[in-house]
Amino acid sequence: MLRISRMKRIGLSGFYPWLGASLFLGLFFFYPLARILWLGLSSTSLSTISTSSVRLTFSVILFTLFQALLSTLLTLLLGLPAAYLFARFDFRGKSLLRLLTAIPFMLPTVVVAAGFNALLGPRGWINLGLMRLFGLESPPIVFVYTLWAILLAHVFYNTTIVVRVVGNALAHLDPRLEQAARSLGADVRRAFWRVTLPLLRPSILAASLLVFLFDFTSFGVILLLGGPRFATLEVEIYIQAVQIFNLPLASILSLIQLLCTLAFSVLYSRIITRMSVATSPRAAASNLRRARSRREKLFVGGMVALLLAFFLLPMASLPLRSVARLEPALGDRTAVRYGLTGDYYAELFVNRLGSLFYAPPFEALVNSLLYAALTVILSLALGFPVAAALARPGRLERLLDPFLMLPLGASAVTLGLGYIITFNKPLITGHWTLIASPFLVPLAHTIIALPFVIRSLQPALASIPDRLRQAAATLGASPRRAWLTVDWPIVARATLAAAIFAFTVSLGEFGATSLVYRPEYPTLPIAIYRFLSQPGGLNYGQAMAMGTILMGVSGAGILAIEKLRLPGTGEF
Amino acid sequence: MLQLADIHKNYEGQPLLTGISFTVAADETVCLLGPSGSGKSTLLRIIAGLETAEQGTVCWDGQDMASIPVHQRNFGLVFQDYALFPHLLVFDNVAFGLRRQNLPKNEIEPRVADSLKQVNLATFASRQVTELSGGEQQRVALARALAPRPRLLMADEPLGALDRSLRERLLDELRGILRSTRIPAIYVTHDQEEAFAIADRVLLLHEGKIVRQGSPSEVWNEPRSAWEARFLGLGNVLEGVARLQVGKARPACAGAAGTGELGEGLQVETPVGVFELDCGHPHQAGEKVCLLLRPAGVRFAAEGNLRGVVADVLFHQDGFKVTLANGLYFYLPEAPQVGKEIRLDAPPTALRCLGASDA
Repeated sequence: MLRISRMKRIGLSGFYPWLGASLFLGLFFFYPLARILWLGLSSTSLSTISTSSVRLTFSVILFTLFQALLSTLLTLLLGLPAAYLFARFDFRGKSLLRLLTAIPFMLPTVVVAAGFNALLGPRGWINLGLMRLFGLESPPIVFVYTLWAILLAHVFYNTTIVVRVVGNALAHLDPRLEQAARSLGADVRRAFWRVTLPLLRPSILAASLLVFLFDFTSFGVILLLGGPRFATLEVEIYIQAVQIFNLPLASILSLIQLLCTLAFSVLYSRIITRMSVATSPRAAASNLRRARSRREKLFVGGMVALLLAFFLLPMASLPLRSVARLEPALGDRTAVRYGLTGDYYAELFVNRLGSLFYAPPFEALVNSLLYAALTVILSLALGFPVAAALARPGRLERLLDPFLMLPLGASAVTLGLGYIITFNKPLITGHWTLIASPFLVPLAHTIIALPFVIRSLQPALASIPDRLRQAAATLGASPRRAWLTVDWPIVARATLAAAIFAFTVSLGEFGATSLVYRPEYPTLPIAIYRFLSQPGGLNYGQAMAMGTILMGVSGAGILAIEKLRLPGTGEF
Repeated sequence: MLQLADIHKNYEGQPLLTGISFTVAADETVCLLGPSGSGKSTLLRIIAGLETAEQGTVCWDGQDMASIPVHQRNFGLVFQDYALFPHLLVFDNVAFGLRRQNLPKNEIEPRVADSLKQVNLATFASRQVTELSGGEQQRVALARALAPRPRLLMADEPLGALDRSLRERLLDELRGILRSTRIPAIYVTHDQEEAFAIADRVLLLHEGKIVRQGSPSEVWNEPRSAWEARFLGLGNVLEGVARLQVGKARPACAGAAGTGELGEGLQVETPVGVFELDCGHPHQAGEKVCLLLRPAGVRFAAEGNLRGVVADVLFHQDGFKVTLANGLYFYLPEAPQVGKEIRLDAPPTALRCLGASDA
């Protein structure tokens, strides 16, 4: 009885809420994935495998693992002390510093790449400064296109994971366990090694695996900061698909990538389930204190300075570099005029090449905004009914839920590859092919954003007890009126957050876009990538200017999401 | 021997402990009794070295502990909800302190076994602590604190989370263990029954000070303030006015008397009646005083000095608990009818002067 009335109230029944999302996911996620599987395992592609491609595959896998492992270790090196800092000490500006470390996680890769470029690149602040200071001819620090650039960017991205996962565990660890160890004769060091650290082990392991997973599937960072010398699985799929057009090999690499990701994900969820049993959580506030001894003050001061420098410098260098003239102006080889300039921004509106395929960069921004708007509309339209159904789960919901989250596990590059393989032929013979249309980009972005949208709407929808609506009904509100006056005010906040999330994801998306975009309709990240990889101070400056715009918009989005976050939800 | 002198401690800007001094002799179990928030736990943590006092000293056999860190004090501490290490087995929890003493392995094992046997958990060594019941966890915590043979054992509301019958059983066991090991102990609780059951000496903590100390029977039989009587739940506390000045000049006031010697007669007028009792305090006519009227010492009497309407009758193991409309309660052998007015006689033995009124 209750179920039927509930369905009536929502105005949908049974499978209906799932219809849109299922069709969409089926056509634009599972079908392309199946095509990759089919192409990768078909006899023709297996027969084309040469010894050189086997060797290539192995070296790519090896490098992917190597850089991910190294990045993870470095991330722990910075993240663990940072987690300790946030979990145990109280200091001024703490929440701001924590926010600062969290922002990079959602920042578009091109922005991070541009930021590090502005700081440490050949035309970055430090190199230009050193060249001027010592009268050097060439940049003294070689950072971009080295392994260090990759590692540092990965640390920049993922430190917040360690801070959140391990820091959370540490903050909720019963402080009396350490005190008990002390009263039993353990000094501070031993109490930490024998009690605190073993208790944190599951959370450290979980954080490491998560970081490793992100580093393993990293694409933009490797392509933009690693340059042509380094190729991970993701980058190699891109190279094989876009540059060499060896789709069978790209498919095989994609399958390997999918299997690895799946294995790590399973491992991760196993650790997560084990984590919840081990410790008895306590209020976090009781663990916080101000630094007292000199050693503590030194630790807090040093860590704050280090985190500030590491997270603020790349993000601050970018906008500053976009308005700074530090090199000879265009066509002027002799006199260098240092100062502020708006040239790079003005240049965004000019089509210097006069080519049809080179739209002025400003149009890339317009394209990106349009794509993002489309993504928001699509993902909300598809996600809302599903989230509403999931908020009151029945058997069907429990069955279908995991399928919705699968796009989280597939990499964006794989998705793009699937689109290339699937949509290069007309779906219905005689009609236009989707690959030639600009619509593949927002479709891919919707696939990527949809799981996030559903996951942020669902708890808000589930948090509304039936009693509220019943109370509204007894007070004379019609079902529609009750929804508008009770549900909507509660859901509106989450909807806004989900919309901003989808918008931000779409705006910064680089992996899938780089495979399926139309040259005449580039997005902002694509334009930044193009300009960064071209020579010349003007191109560089324009990349900086566009990076700054993208960083501004994304940053505003990230801050808005942080503000809108429902208390108690949204930790990874 | 533990000596505390003039301990002061503030908590969030408010004074929590204001001049605590006491000693714990060898072989003695001292119980710190006070309401929640009175700073009992903080005092234990100061003794353990987990917190530092703003003022005052903690000494052991004359040696100041200020410069000695927690782990070198060898004071055992049983935490309120045990703080067992969830990642270690029962055995490793108990062995933790022994390992910190760098004892050889072949010595640790029998010591752990002994400790576990002492708390009746001999077969539990290889169990996960997270699988244990509350009472079992409590025993492990005790075994863990006792295993390194501390020179002082402190327990912070160790039985607070357990149900009543289990609490009584564990209390008996703990008393037996303390007696046989002869380890001096400080036991912190807010429950007077627990305190009286285990202590050689009870210290009452109120508003940052020790307001009373003595053997359980002294503290029970001879309360010296309205707060003590109310906190210990000794009976009805009445406020009244002294009618006659009968006492000769005696050196002390509240706090000096009460060894059973005969005092002078005192007459006190209260809203519920006029009472006569013996009192050692010097009083002046018109002075406001508090009286303790013990609920068990009264009896039905047609000419009694106390009257009231029965509001509630409840069966109780000591007789019927009769509550009157004026809020007083008594234990009586027979159950009167609710709504009826009864008269009772409160003899001087049921009464005790609690000194001048707090109010």
